[in-house]
Amino acid sequence: MSGMYSKKVMEHFRNPRNMGKIKDADGVGTVGNPVCGDVMTIYIKIKDNKISDIKFQTFGCAAALATSSMITEIAKGKTLEEALEITRNDVADELDGLPPIKMHCSNLAADALHEAIKDYYKKRGKK
Amino acid sequence: MKRIYMDHAATTPVDKEVVNAMLPYFSQKYGNASSIHSFGMDAFEALSESRKKVADLIHAREQEIIFTAGGTESDNMAIKGIAYNNKDKISLDGPHIITSEIEHPAVLETCRYLEKQGFKIKYLPVDKYGIVNIDELEKSISKDTFLISIMYANNEIGTIEPIKEIGHIAKENDIVFHTDAVQAIGKTPIDVNKSNIDLLSISSHKIYGPKGVGALFIGEGIRLQPIIHGGGHERGLRSSTENIPGIVGFGKACELAETRIEKDAKYLTQLRDKLINGVLEIEESYLNGHPTKRLANNAHFRFTGIEGESLVLSLSDRGIAAATGSACSSKKLKSSHVLAAIGVDPEHAHGSLRFSLGRENTEEEISYVIDVLPSIVERLRKMSPLWNKMENKYS
Repeated sequence: MSGMYSKKVMEHFRNPRNMGKIKDADGVGTVGNPVCGDVMTIYIKIKDNKISDIKFQTFGCAAALATSSMITEIAKGKTLEEALEITRNDVADELDGLPPIKMHCSNLAADALHEAIKDYYKKRGKK
Repeated sequence: MKRIYMDHAATTPVDKEVVNAMLPYFSQKYGNASSIHSFGMDAFEALSESRKKVADLIHAREQEIIFTAGGTESDNMAIKGIAYNNKDKISLDGPHIITSEIEHPAVLETCRYLEKQGFKIKYLPVDKYGIVNIDELEKSISKDTFLISIMYANNEIGTIEPIKEIGHIAKENDIVFHTDAVQAIGKTPIDVNKSNIDLLSISSHKIYGPKGVGALFIGEGIRLQPIIHGGGHERGLRSSTENIPGIVGFGKACELAETRIEKDAKYLTQLRDKLINGVLEIEESYLNGHPTKRLANNAHFRFTGIEGESLVLSLSDRGIAAATGSACSSKKLKSSHVLAAIGVDPEHAHGSLRFSLGRENTEEEISYVIDVLPSIVERLRKMSPLWNKMENKYS
């Protein structure tokens, strides 16, 4: 089964980057549905309009875990505007591709990041 | 790293004795069993002997065995073969065929295909252990019912069905009874006469034989339409030059299974129970299927808060080959129809893991799995927002 995944996917699956929670996160985004088998939460800290820290928690297959790990690497240090431009395809490309069947339901990391940023804007707006 | 294979429900290694039995039939005794010269005779003899060995394992007679290319073909042949003989019944109310919700796709998809052609199919529910509801079966039978197809044992959760009872009901109602025994064969004794079985599908590669060979037992007096037409091999029921090396291997595998069935079942049950007891020590872990009415080699679990594919790949990194019947497994994304039928909600069904043991597994291997698994589960749970949520709820 691992044969359907790129080396990079397996590497991120085995050694996920930035896994865990940020307790005092400035934005939190959760996407997916346990019924479908994938749920992702992205936590972000914002400093000077940039993502200063980012962590993830994911329930899902190797593709879901690897895309979560990868997006934290891509997004860290980026401005919010840059981060909002990261697409699902960018994440898949950085992982040297995903099996076609995983592109739709397991490649949710970009959505989770965007949700976290929206959450940040919302919270900030309320202040 | 040492590799441990615990996915025997998927396929088994070919036994060395089986390989040795097959070898002469590739380049020495390569004749076509239909030819009348000595090469053909060699092949024909091998075919008959193998047929006898397969028949013996299920207490059938030689002439009741038709060789096929595998379990899926046997299921297709049995169900379509009987249905096509009963096409005149399509206009009647039905149900024409009664099967269960937890059948292998080889049966389920064949039934769905027949449904499109107008046949009416009843899919019986099962209880929380996966046992077919007998009352519902009896209630479902109508005068239009011509076939009952219920698996001998389930491929995912290992539950063994009350085959004898079902066979009795089928006989009383004069309905043909087919059972998919692909997982049961070699693990539990099967007697087609005592269980009133009319049609039974088996496969070679699940019992240490080669892939690409199977058989359909067709009891005396049962008539069905062939689905493969041609030169009239296998009494006209399954045309195509017989796969002699494969069939010889299958025959040998059946012979070995018959001599070892009791010993194997006892040994595997002991390993299985050790594994079950060890794994259930893990917090929020559950056994799927029946505690005792289950295949000697099957242990099927679910773990709250984690997903099966991640589990399987993590185990694979530690040298252990297991399987998941859940989403993302193989190439399907839907969670298991079997777990849905026993009432496991999709969220929990995703966290399922199947170990299916075999002759070559040892106590030490079981201990290794019990050692390694808790840390894998813990690691994946640490990553999981669902587990997080659950822990918060309790703390």
